[in-house]
Amino acid sequence: MKIAFATSGNNVSAPLESRFGRASKFLIYDLENQSFEIIDNQQNLAAAQGAGIQAAETVVRSGAKALVSGHCGPKAFRVLAAAGVKIYASDAATIADAVAKYKAGELKESSGADVQGHW
Amino acid sequence: MTLAIASGKGGTGKTTLAVNLARAYARPLQLLDCDVEEPNAHLFLPGTEAASEVATIPVPEVDESRCDGCGECSRFCAYHAIVSTGTKALVFAEMCHGCGGCPRVCPRQAIREVPRRIGMVERRQAGDIALVTGRLDVGSVLAPPLIREVKRRLDPSLPAVIDAPPGTSCPVVTAVRGADFVLLVTEPTPFGLHDLQLAVDTLRELAQPFAVVLNRAGAGDDRVHRYCREAGIAIMMEIADDRRIAEAYSRGRLVFDAVPEYRALFSGLADTLLGGQGG
Ligand code: SF4
Ligand code: SF4
Repeated sequence: MKIAFATSGNNVSAPLESRFGRASKFLIYDLENQSFEIIDNQQNLAAAQGAGIQAAETVVRSGAKALVSGHCGPKAFRVLAAAGVKIYASDAATIADAVAKYKAGELKESSGADVQGHW
Repeated sequence: MTLAIASGKGGTGKTTLAVNLARAYARPLQLLDCDVEEPNAHLFLPGTEAASEVATIPVPEVDESRCDGCGECSRFCAYHAIVSTGTKALVFAEMCHGCGGCPRVCPRQAIREVPRRIGMVERRQAGDIALVTGRLDVGSVLAPPLIREVKRRLDPSLPAVIDAPPGTSCPVVTAVRGADFVLLVTEPTPFGLHDLQLAVDTLRELAQPFAVVLNRAGAGDDRVHRYCREAGIAIMMEIADDRRIAEAYSRGRLVFDAVPEYRALFSGLADTLLGGQGG
């Protein structure tokens, strides 16, 4: 299974980005073979509106079935939930920490958007 | 003849010029207040609203039993207002601009359109002036479709003055598009010149014929004059920096009525641009 992490870094020791729609990159981590790829989200950041929606589309297209991010806005949440992507909120310091917590079943699944507006 | 009054920024006297030209014309004409986020032409005209209509745009509604998640609508929509990632399409109505595209590209006829309110269109008859005002709902970002609604009510058999929104973005372009002539109102200050240059760039891109009206002439320096001379732009009128004009404005009075010595100035310009007697 693949998990998407919102970040501004290039590897698993990078910190998590707290705002999903404003993340400059997504790190897509493959649990099976413990590898990852980086997807650029820079282009979506330029959007005056709908940045969260576009970011959500990018994550869905990556094939990830879960997203770990600080916060996720209502529009992005709807897109992700409709595509069956589970959303986890985490304040883990790095992506590696968040992966460990996910494996240990310590991440809490969000049941709704936790911020309004442009996140 | 349709004359649009625009300005690179707010507060330059755009509305003052629009309402006074309309009054000075002294024959039946339409005044379209397209400054829909802050319409205020009505403040200067007598009477009350004779009619007001709710303005809507058509937004999509998806019949999930028909939608197969093909994603055509999603790929088409420039505003990300309808999204399908292989799933049943989701609609974000507040982001939809009502372009009517997605129902047409949907291969399964799964999308129908439902009206969504964006503001009001109000009408008032004030003497010879038929005023049409667009009033955007607070929080709506959809000024262009509302401006189109206001302009749809334009009767081509009568001359019209359009009070465009300030700035140089989409709403202004929507307001001035199709006008026969545009007047750009500015002030003789560094900021005035800066915003004028942006507005000139926009109008030149649109290939709209235009000229400048200098408001508060004498209050600043000669930089606007110099710029217009070098850029080959006519200054069609100068309104002096006269505190009686500011006073009239603050009391919601027309300069035309409050300071009679300016009458000839406004009448001359109105006749030149909107067509003289019998024109
Ligand atoms: S009507 Fe146009 S703007 Fe609205 S959702 Fe459909 S394609 Fe997008
Ligand atoms: S185009 Fe029609 S069928 Fe295809 S996803 Fe959109 S609504 Fe569904």
